[in-house]
Amino acid sequence: MNENLFASFAAPTILGLPAAVLIILFPPLLVPTSKHLINNRLITTQQWLIQLTSKQMMTMHSTKGRTWSLMLVSLIIFITTTNLLGLLPHSFTPTTQLSMNLAMAIPLWAGAVVMGFRFKTKNALAHFLPQGTPTPLIPMLVIIETISLLIQPMALAVRLTANITAGHLLMHLIGSATLALSTINLPYALIIFTILILLTILEIAVALIQAYVFTLLVSLYLHDNT
Amino acid sequence: MASLDQEVMGIFSHSSVSVPVKDKKLLEVKLGELPSWILMRDFSPSGIFGAFQRGYYRYYNKYINVKKGSISGITMVLACYVLFSYSFSYKHLKHERLRKYH
Repeated sequence: MNENLFASFAAPTILGLPAAVLIILFPPLLVPTSKHLINNRLITTQQWLIQLTSKQMMTMHSTKGRTWSLMLVSLIIFITTTNLLGLLPHSFTPTTQLSMNLAMAIPLWAGAVVMGFRFKTKNALAHFLPQGTPTPLIPMLVIIETISLLIQPMALAVRLTANITAGHLLMHLIGSATLALSTINLPYALIIFTILILLTILEIAVALIQAYVFTLLVSLYLHDNT
Repeated sequence: MASLDQEVMGIFSHSSVSVPVKDKKLLEVKLGELPSWILMRDFSPSGIFGAFQRGYYRYYNKYINVKKGSISGITMVLACYVLFSYSFSYKHLKHERLRKYH
């Protein structure tokens, strides 16, 4: 059982070639674009949701920060659709792979930091020392703030990976426990089945929340640095 | 009268009028012509991409881009996605069947 518990997280291959590329390319098919003013129901609901989230996210940024709005909105759409599609049975979730999350987190964080250092050097350097620290503590605090800055991309990537992976793993375990118990003791199996249903609801929430958190933090880093 | 019928319907009623094999749709190709029909298709990258594009728009315009599209337009796609992922993971799943001998 140990081998096939983690086998569902292995990247799918066709004859050794990564088929994960095909699976990553699938979500954009579900989000069509249109150049008409009045669209069909699918596009209307999606546009309404996207406008809701983008207005919520981008109001706190300055004009310079708002140039990132396309990037951030496409990021949140991608992570939401990928996470939600991963809740379907047997599907492969690309966001469980740490490599992909690192590839998303590091460039975005680096872009925000480099922008901050380039355009507002004094402000960006001032982040390393909080206001009102006692003088003897300054060297140590600068080191701590540097470490906390450098750990931000790793934290972004690992947070997303760990949350989604843990959720999928829990669902696998509880599902197989329900199946195994159904022959032995049916009432207990039904109790565990209820737990599975609750967990699925939680997973849907986690899928949405993680996307939101990822994007929110990137936009926070952006706000600090613009 | 028969000749008037033929005139009205035009030459398409005549069975010996030939449309080139390349332009026929799949259901109109006779069985003997099938190999030559397959070989004459456009298998270049742009041709394959065009085939995917046509297929996508065919589905899109039939089920989604309508005035009162329902949820079935997208659930059919998701169901196909589930079956596709199942076929990918069948290799791992076949060891988990409830059989005495694997």
